[in-house]
Amino acid sequence: MSHTTTGKSLNLNLRVWRQKDNASRGEFRDYKLAGISTEMSFLEMLDILNEQLLKQGEEPVNFDHDCREGICGSCSLMINGQAHGPDNGTTACQLHMRRFYDGQTIVIEPWRAKAFPVIRDLVVDRSAFDRIIQAGGYVSVRTGQAPEANSVPVPKNTQESSLDAAVCIGCGACVAACKNASAMLFVAAKVSHLAQLPQGEPERASRVLAMVGQMDREEFGNCTNTSECEAACPAEVSVTHIARLNREYAKALYGSPLSLEGQLLTSSGAGGD
Amino acid sequence: MSFDSSTLLNSRVPSGPVEQKWDNLKRDIKLIAPNSKKKFEIIVVGTGLAGAAAAASLGELGYKVKAFCFQDSPRRAHSIAAQGGINAAKNYQNDGDSVWRLFTDTVKGGDFRARESNVYRLAQLSENIIDQCVAQGVPFAREYGGTLANRTFGGTQVSRTFYSRGQTGQQLLLGAYQALMRQVSAGQVEMYARREMLDLVTVDGVARGIVARNLTTGKIESHAAHAVLLCTGGYGNVFYLSTNAKGCNVTAAWRAHKRGAFFANPCYTQIHPTCIPVTGDHQSKLTLMSESLRNDGRVWVPKQAGDARAPGQIPEAERDYFLERRYPAYGNMVPRDVASRAAKERCDASYGVGDSKLAVYLDFGQAIREQGEAAIRGKYGNLFHMYKKITDENPYQVPMRIYPAVHYTMGGLWVDYHLESTIPGMFVLGEANFSDHGANRLGASALMQGLADGYFVAPYTVGHHLATRKLPEVTDAHPRFREVAEEARMRLQRLLSIDGKRSVTSYHQELGHIMWDNCGMSRNAAGLQSAITKIAALREDFWRNVNVPGVGENLNQSLELGGRVADFLEFGELMCRDALTREESAGGHFREEHQSADNEAQRDDENFAHVAAWEHLGENVTQKRHIEPLKFEACPLQVRNYK
Repeated sequence: MSHTTTGKSLNLNLRVWRQKDNASRGEFRDYKLAGISTEMSFLEMLDILNEQLLKQGEEPVNFDHDCREGICGSCSLMINGQAHGPDNGTTACQLHMRRFYDGQTIVIEPWRAKAFPVIRDLVVDRSAFDRIIQAGGYVSVRTGQAPEANSVPVPKNTQESSLDAAVCIGCGACVAACKNASAMLFVAAKVSHLAQLPQGEPERASRVLAMVGQMDREEFGNCTNTSECEAACPAEVSVTHIARLNREYAKALYGSPLSLEGQLLTSSGAGGD
Repeated sequence: MSFDSSTLLNSRVPSGPVEQKWDNLKRDIKLIAPNSKKKFEIIVVGTGLAGAAAAASLGELGYKVKAFCFQDSPRRAHSIAAQGGINAAKNYQNDGDSVWRLFTDTVKGGDFRARESNVYRLAQLSENIIDQCVAQGVPFAREYGGTLANRTFGGTQVSRTFYSRGQTGQQLLLGAYQALMRQVSAGQVEMYARREMLDLVTVDGVARGIVARNLTTGKIESHAAHAVLLCTGGYGNVFYLSTNAKGCNVTAAWRAHKRGAFFANPCYTQIHPTCIPVTGDHQSKLTLMSESLRNDGRVWVPKQAGDARAPGQIPEAERDYFLERRYPAYGNMVPRDVASRAAKERCDASYGVGDSKLAVYLDFGQAIREQGEAAIRGKYGNLFHMYKKITDENPYQVPMRIYPAVHYTMGGLWVDYHLESTIPGMFVLGEANFSDHGANRLGASALMQGLADGYFVAPYTVGHHLATRKLPEVTDAHPRFREVAEEARMRLQRLLSIDGKRSVTSYHQELGHIMWDNCGMSRNAAGLQSAITKIAALREDFWRNVNVPGVGENLNQSLELGGRVADFLEFGELMCRDALTREESAGGHFREEHQSADNEAQRDDENFAHVAAWEHLGENVTQKRHIEPLKFEACPLQVRNYK
């Protein structure tokens, strides 16, 4: 399967964040790349950089990536100050070099948030997201207990709207893009996905309280409704789900017998002031 | 030619007619009392559909589970990328579907090289899977009345595929991941993310744990247990370019093979017909366009070889809808192996399109004219979006260009009906085993198998292992753990100390070329023999001249890749050897020497209606080929015909 590379060719200046480990200080380093095809994906461009660094005796740049088709949520790069780069609704792995121009300087940084500590170079620790899901982002149904699937009808519009939230890939771009490093869009996506479905109904109130409580304990910032998260979200999850989260939270806190559990929270609320 | 069936391969298929085998097994297995379950530790490696489902279900039952994944979160396992859907014999469409029909479709689709009893169980369990996922809150597509919707996939004449837009795998995996997170929260499962299994530890011939590397700190860790479940996916990345995620690898399966697990049918590889074509040597992976697109897309090439006109300029009469022409009964919905070979045949005969001429058109023009753009967007919007991102072409206006690419591997570690490997106490689930898809997997069946194995099979059969085997107390202080950990450490050290001139990726790419050229969509004896020689030479060069920079004591992605490619360099040779020995064409395994006058695959049921399972005999010794004969009693052998 040998092919000649098609597309135009770019020369680029990269400024890449290098950091040995969490305990060390990081710094930007400048690299020059020549002959980058506009057909390449952004991560393929980084592959070329790494092959070049290897030849020069410098350690390659570590970055998280896996599926390279925009769905696993592994890739996590700030590109010229934008989470996942300049294209809307696009992960860094689906960003292509035709989006850049010859001679351009590209600054590449890891997600920057207190709750996402840097592990090395461009790799950060996003386990806080897993802990938020552990707090309540599920339906408590044991394997084997499920009723016949068609026994509970779900209106098509409800299912579609629930899926609009469930498409979140958990990449953390919403946190990285937010000036407060808030995780509201991530939490809202899961709360909104399950709150809209009849299957999520029994735990509707306890879920939102527990997830928001965990979000606060992980030291994500509060939401100030700037909507940067929606603009950065590669899955195009809308901030209307944050509105639903706030409504669910208020209902759970003040409108149900579960309100006492609200005292488990360590901070004053779900943000959205 | 004849092969003796091996006494080492006892498939433990329960007695009785195929419809009753699973019930008979459930009737006969031994159970463990609720209060005793907490005394047993179970390791689950991999957190895709099979692994996450198994870990969650076993945790719920009360076992102490440790789950491992190399990604930063279990939610990122590659099941997430499955697009089209999941099959189940619900017969919601009243179109004649049944468990029996899903069973026979799958046996036939696999070209009669799967174990009948396993396939029947899979078809039976398919119904429970849909119930389970809906109860978890998986937002499957619905009709306006609120009931579940279906679509059609290849190799079937019914609509039995459940889906969530073009991201079914993501929604199913999130369901399983959330069930797993619930068990982590309940203290039933301990989650080890960013860990890579480096080896299996056996004590007195029984699987008793693993050695894993903490990818953040580099520390080699030992974990003891009473059972080990490998749910580590397929080996498609032996080709370098595939639709698999970059991290998918054969290491866990290969290391287990070298500790005694037989490797079955490694030559069965699925080449998916509809992927975005390669654009250059920089290409790092290939992207699938879901098979579901063939419901509405029509595949064609120009009738005139080398026709360089834009597709819109080629009139209808000058287009060759070659799948509809060759296979009128199934048309564009023929199984994947058949569609891939037909596309390759057209391109090899100079009818290919696009810059590389290694592509055919997948055209939605007619569907958009008949149904409107909004309807097509509703069904495939995210796939069209992805296509546009990658190619910079708008598939609502011009036909997609597609070409076959490596997608899935039907071969895998040999397992019996309990999903237990030839190493007692080690179970293999999902794509990592060989058992259900024969020589070709039908679309929307991988998700079904992963979840069936994880939710509904392993919880029964693993319990039986724990209840019936004497398992002496073994902790990670056992000398076998120290030995195996030391071997793993030495291996990493060796990789780091070579300090050669070539990058790991360059070796991986070269291996991929050898595999694709000689063990890809079509294979012949001379090519396979030359590949075996070339791979051996490449492997030798790798261990002399590879450059793995950095140290072992921190996050080092070069080192991770180095270990994985080293194992692919051993595994690729076995794959070619298996392809060489299987002197017939079956499903995804097409031997040029064995085809009919009209270029269809020709099976040899007399000599090859069996599973080939390879036994590791030592370093640099050719593996021994064992066979498990396959009997087709419920679904009699027939020539596959989609015409």
